[in-house]
Amino acid sequence: MIAEPRLIEVRKNVLKQNDVLARELRSRFEAANVFVISLVSSPGSGKTAFLEKTLTLLKEKYKVAALVGDLETENDAIRLARADVPAKQIITGTICHLEAAMVEKSLADWDLEELDFLFIENVGNLVCPSSYDLGERLRVVLMSTTEGEDKPRKYPTIFNTADVAVITKMDLAEPCEFDRQVALDSIEAVRPKMRIFEVSSKTGAGMDEWLEFLKEKVIA
Amino acid sequence: MHELSIAVSMVDMAAEEAAKRGDVKVNAIYLKLGNLTGVVKDALLFSYEIVCQGTSLEGSRLIIEEIPVIVFCPKCETETPPVAVNNLCCPKCETPTPQVISGREMEVTALEIE
Repeated sequence: MIAEPRLIEVRKNVLKQNDVLARELRSRFEAANVFVISLVSSPGSGKTAFLEKTLTLLKEKYKVAALVGDLETENDAIRLARADVPAKQIITGTICHLEAAMVEKSLADWDLEELDFLFIENVGNLVCPSSYDLGERLRVVLMSTTEGEDKPRKYPTIFNTADVAVITKMDLAEPCEFDRQVALDSIEAVRPKMRIFEVSSKTGAGMDEWLEFLKEKVIA
Repeated sequence: MHELSIAVSMVDMAAEEAAKRGDVKVNAIYLKLGNLTGVVKDALLFSYEIVCQGTSLEGSRLIIEEIPVIVFCPKCETETPPVAVNNLCCPKCETPTPQVISGREMEVTALEIE
């Protein structure tokens, strides 16, 4: 007898495994009272420089640490270690994004209770990281003044999944003839009402506002 | 190209469901895929075929239902497709509409088994 094909209902999120793990991580972060921020952007938009500056300024008052994802090299972790804070590299090999399991594994020998802020720098990629929850409380998307004002319209998904946008390299805005209003409008179009920061990691301009925003998060 | 990772998750899940039901043969997976997920349908179909090779799902089909982006316009108080995926505004009154009702789905809804 040949069995007739039949349909069975499943209703499961494809990335359920990642989502479940991310939820567990989120509970762990909450229990340990550590505020977790992930950074996403294209390669070269200044994530690491921005993170280095943020860590340097925050560590005066807070306990901070960073995980940083790349396909290859430990270079970014070495750079971040210059800020004299715990920093660990996640080498993904050929994988174009971080997943919750990679974060969990990297945290194994860190005491979360000791931390106020944990930053997770994703692989430089504006497409793939958008689907993967890492258990973060805040997802920050960065774009630089050197890469074109319409980036958000070209990559709407990642901007739409982010909570906050940071425009970096503001010190280069003028030489690059960066049209600030077009950039702000592009962000607004894909993620209406998103909070936007404009910074220069080099000069420190705009960093105060960003740090104030972060500090309110740990007080709240 | 994260479609490959997504295909792996999907095939793993289907194989698990099939095992739960006494190792039934899966003929097809039905997937709801939102247009705001950033996942490319063709790339996913291509990855699916590769991932299935050598597994119990080899030869099975992936049936994708694309889900359009729907937003809620606070001014018109109505659900509507936005002007575009990269312009989340109400097409009638042009109010920015941050509230996404659908378009983020990536859900296996059913399996066809025998």
